[in-house]
Amino acid sequence: MMEPIKILLANIDKPNSVSIDVYGDYAQARKALQMAPDQITQIVKDSELRGRGGAGFPTGNKWGFVPKNAPKPIWLLCNADESEPGTFKDRVIIEKDPHLLIEGMIITAYAIRSNPMSYIYIRGEFYYGATVLEKALDEARAKGFLGKGIFGTNFDFDITVARGAGAYICGEETGLIESIEGHRGQPRVKPPFPAIIGAFGGPTVVQNVETLACVPLIIDKGAEWFKGFGSPRNTGPKLYCLSGCVKKPGVYEFPLGVNLKELIYEHAGGITGDRKLKAVIPGGASAPMLTADEIDIPLNFDALMKAGSMLGSAGIIVLDETVCIVDAVWRLAKFFAHESCGQCTPCREGCNWMESILDRIERGGGRPEDADLLLDMSDNIGGKSLCALGDAAIGPVISSVKKFRDEYLYHVEHKRCLPETIRYRRLDMPVAAH
Amino acid sequence: MAGLQPDNPYAKERFPDETKRVEFPPEAKKRFEWILTRYPTKEAALLPTLHLAQEVWGWISPEAVHYVGDLLDLSPATVFGVVSFYNMYNQKPVGKYHLQVCTNLSCMVTRAYDIYEHLCDKLSVKPGATTRDGLYTVTEVECLGSCDTAPVVQVNNDYHENMSVQKMDELLTRLK
Repeated sequence: MMEPIKILLANIDKPNSVSIDVYGDYAQARKALQMAPDQITQIVKDSELRGRGGAGFPTGNKWGFVPKNAPKPIWLLCNADESEPGTFKDRVIIEKDPHLLIEGMIITAYAIRSNPMSYIYIRGEFYYGATVLEKALDEARAKGFLGKGIFGTNFDFDITVARGAGAYICGEETGLIESIEGHRGQPRVKPPFPAIIGAFGGPTVVQNVETLACVPLIIDKGAEWFKGFGSPRNTGPKLYCLSGCVKKPGVYEFPLGVNLKELIYEHAGGITGDRKLKAVIPGGASAPMLTADEIDIPLNFDALMKAGSMLGSAGIIVLDETVCIVDAVWRLAKFFAHESCGQCTPCREGCNWMESILDRIERGGGRPEDADLLLDMSDNIGGKSLCALGDAAIGPVISSVKKFRDEYLYHVEHKRCLPETIRYRRLDMPVAAH
Repeated sequence: MAGLQPDNPYAKERFPDETKRVEFPPEAKKRFEWILTRYPTKEAALLPTLHLAQEVWGWISPEAVHYVGDLLDLSPATVFGVVSFYNMYNQKPVGKYHLQVCTNLSCMVTRAYDIYEHLCDKLSVKPGATTRDGLYTVTEVECLGSCDTAPVVQVNNDYHENMSVQKMDELLTRLK
């Protein structure tokens, strides 16, 4: 059995962990600023750190794409727009250990030769997190860790907290860039990729909070140490968010690749009320679901990809036998229909249609062809929009229709849910339009 | 949040009242000047300025849209486009306490809809509407990123975690 570790979360249990006096004097940033920027990028490449936001792109490679002699300022943006349903790991770092994130940003900014300003784009709902960050930034400025010529070098750097205003799509990197620029958060056409043309026309690196928090650890202990966790190409410590029908929901830290079954039954105490497991969403709402028979699997990028799902943001939602799959998928479809930015027709219209069809099946008005209709529509949404939201929206729909077709057909035939399921919402409540 | 949008796009209240002009109080003006120094373009200051406007007035009125547009050299249409894109900018006045119940999957399976339905019944409001005394607005919101402590209800800026119908009732007695 794999034991939980405390690396990224090493500080959070200390009293007053948000204070700079408890955190320390940014020793890793001091060390990094004595190195050449490319040397840092190489160390991060060697560590095989992959982005923790959802796509799992190799972080060092991303930094390497930034042109050396760009005519426009280079930007570092921290993606703290944590809005994927089931995900709440970045919030722990932001609220409990903000200096780890700030130190990671200083090192990253130096490595990519960022201009002296940078932003943490935090979702608007995390008001408390934003105040914690503001306070931490003030402390760092007061100590001279941010500002002009930090740590006796000629590197100037400062950070501003930019609050979002409630839009899931701003977690998509070009949506985030648009939002930072003061626009509606509608994703851009790629290419050009942000590393070439991003915020305010300059090369831009967007990194997730957890990814940036890994950087000081890599500088401290080295790439080889980092690779000691997990398996090749899937390295490092990782935060897993467990929620839904489990006895002990929460954020768990393990070497990348903990076994899903072990995580649910050994570490999280099993299913609420010792009921039977029905399905698991392993990587936030966008990830195709796994059935109870498929959970004996390591939670890393490659293994889940091979199983037809994805690690995504590692937001694991556990559903037990009392949950009606159609209702659960309806709720996710409603989310994506609400959050579609409206730019690409297949996603904007398709997500709404999928929601309507799932709702009608749930209410007993489903038609025999509906299951196949959902698959057909998914086929017309996936890969046909500018960003990944459309692809995300079809993940739970396709996987549930394929893996729980019997349950869909039961709804159509009997005009009600399976007898063992519980009604988690009243059907007579008006549902808000989008 | 659809519930907070004017139902009719041509409704009178969607257009500014020419006789009413709004302006930031001195404290907010100072804050606005600081915001401007943190961004490379004026336009980039739009989101934080709208947050500031909402802090001052509680919602983004059509008059506020014009005022913010004037401050940042943006057309009212551009400002309104941004206001209507983001959920958190209220396009209608909200109650003193904005009760935002997350009903996304992890909250749903921990019975968030019970809380939401209970609030609508108890306060006799439709989703997204405000009680007559102007005290409460009830809205169903998407994932608040606190699924381990589901169900979660956000009241104005504060999260209330591990909620239940009973805890919600207790909280309501404190919110007067």
